[in-house]
Amino acid sequence: MIVIEDLHKSYGNQQILCGCSATVNLGEVVVVCGPSGSGKSTLIKCINGLVPFERGAITVDGVSVSSPKTDLPALRSRIGMVFQSFELYPHMTALQNVSLAQIHVLKRSRAEADARSEKILARVGLGDKRDSRPSQLSGGQQQRVSIARALAMDPQAMLFDEPTSALDPEMINEVLEVMQELALEGMTMMVVTHEMGFAQRVADRVLFMDRGQIVEDTPTAQFFTAPASERAKQFLTKVLTH
Amino acid sequence: MNYRWDWSVLFKDTYMGWLWNGLLWTVIISLASWAVALTVGVLIGIARSAPSRSARLLAGLYIDVFRNIPPLVQLFLWYFVLPEVVPDAFGLWLKRDLPYPEAVTAVVAIGLFAGARVAEQVRAGIEAVGAPLMPAALATGLRPVQAFRLIALPLGLRAIVGPLTSEFLITVKLSSLSLTIGVLELTAQSRHVENYTFQGFEVFTFATIGYLVIGLCVTGLMRFIDLKIGGAALRKAPA
Repeated sequence: MIVIEDLHKSYGNQQILCGCSATVNLGEVVVVCGPSGSGKSTLIKCINGLVPFERGAITVDGVSVSSPKTDLPALRSRIGMVFQSFELYPHMTALQNVSLAQIHVLKRSRAEADARSEKILARVGLGDKRDSRPSQLSGGQQQRVSIARALAMDPQAMLFDEPTSALDPEMINEVLEVMQELALEGMTMMVVTHEMGFAQRVADRVLFMDRGQIVEDTPTAQFFTAPASERAKQFLTKVLTH
Repeated sequence: MNYRWDWSVLFKDTYMGWLWNGLLWTVIISLASWAVALTVGVLIGIARSAPSRSARLLAGLYIDVFRNIPPLVQLFLWYFVLPEVVPDAFGLWLKRDLPYPEAVTAVVAIGLFAGARVAEQVRAGIEAVGAPLMPAALATGLRPVQAFRLIALPLGLRAIVGPLTSEFLITVKLSSLSLTIGVLELTAQSRHVENYTFQGFEVFTFATIGYLVIGLCVTGLMRFIDLKIGGAALRKAPA
């Protein structure tokens, strides 16, 4: 579904990604973890072309992300993305947030889009919040609207960029539960997160990144019991001790 | 002070007529030049935020030129110099056939000056409030032009209604410059009445209150719009 090959990316002199390769198969849930500044967010933003890269290749469902011939907006409409800081449109209601791209990208009628949005908002537990603005919602609720906005496009895969990092602890679970349900339904997902409990419960594989490289790409169980690299062992003892 | 106050001049038919007429022209020039300023400002502000380098440069050039030349000089350039440097036929039309030439020139000159200032506000609004949401909008599959039109631009414009209040007020006050090319607006008519009656204090009290009331109406209107669209919340840094 998603194939990353030998990806290089730098900002000025700063090398962010150096030679990352990975594959996410259809229906798989892959968690990307690693210390801050290891390039996780950059990697995931390269996948839908939000961040351009210098070398290497990414294909999504057989379509190259970096090729100038690719219709990038069309490609993006098939991959949902959820951001760390929600990035909802503050001047629109929850319903309008979810309907906007359906109307302007998928060319659904407003009635059709709103009907679909209501269904999806109900599914993420926000059926009663359709007319609320983002500023009237809690962080957890905003993030669920943001997930609904991505799901409304009927995506083939979902990218999550630290979806719970900006949330108060008591709101993290309501977001993780929605993500877990998605995973159980067979959604292809790539999730950058520090939530190791979520990774253990849901992920098929874990990618561990450090200093711009994918140090480890192992099945979940093995990652938590017997990580291959020294760096991953250190990371795990730090994040799992509390 | 040996001054004989006489408020009755304000109520004498002729003088009252002049003053109210001046007030009317001040309102007309202010609103018309504000309309020009908003139109030009939004267009130039958009160009200033465009991905095309040449569009950004041209818009920047406009802002630099119109914002840095004193508005009074600009007014004289439009009124006295322009008709002489354009082709004869057009110059003649400007001088002879243009209806209300002083007022129209004042509206254009003040509008283009204020437009440069508005453009900078528009650019700042888009940059600070609109642009940060572009990646999220693009990620849903919106094309860049759609994302700009549906998200970045409306957000940027909402965010600047508050700061635009000052620009609107400046535009109102700039309308008084138009007396230098012969528009009989509020300040001109006040001087006119003073010349006839020597009751300058009363007359300029009227003018002062006139400007104050217009200014308060502008402030109230802009505050109302800002409240309606939630502009203040957008200007706050996200928590």
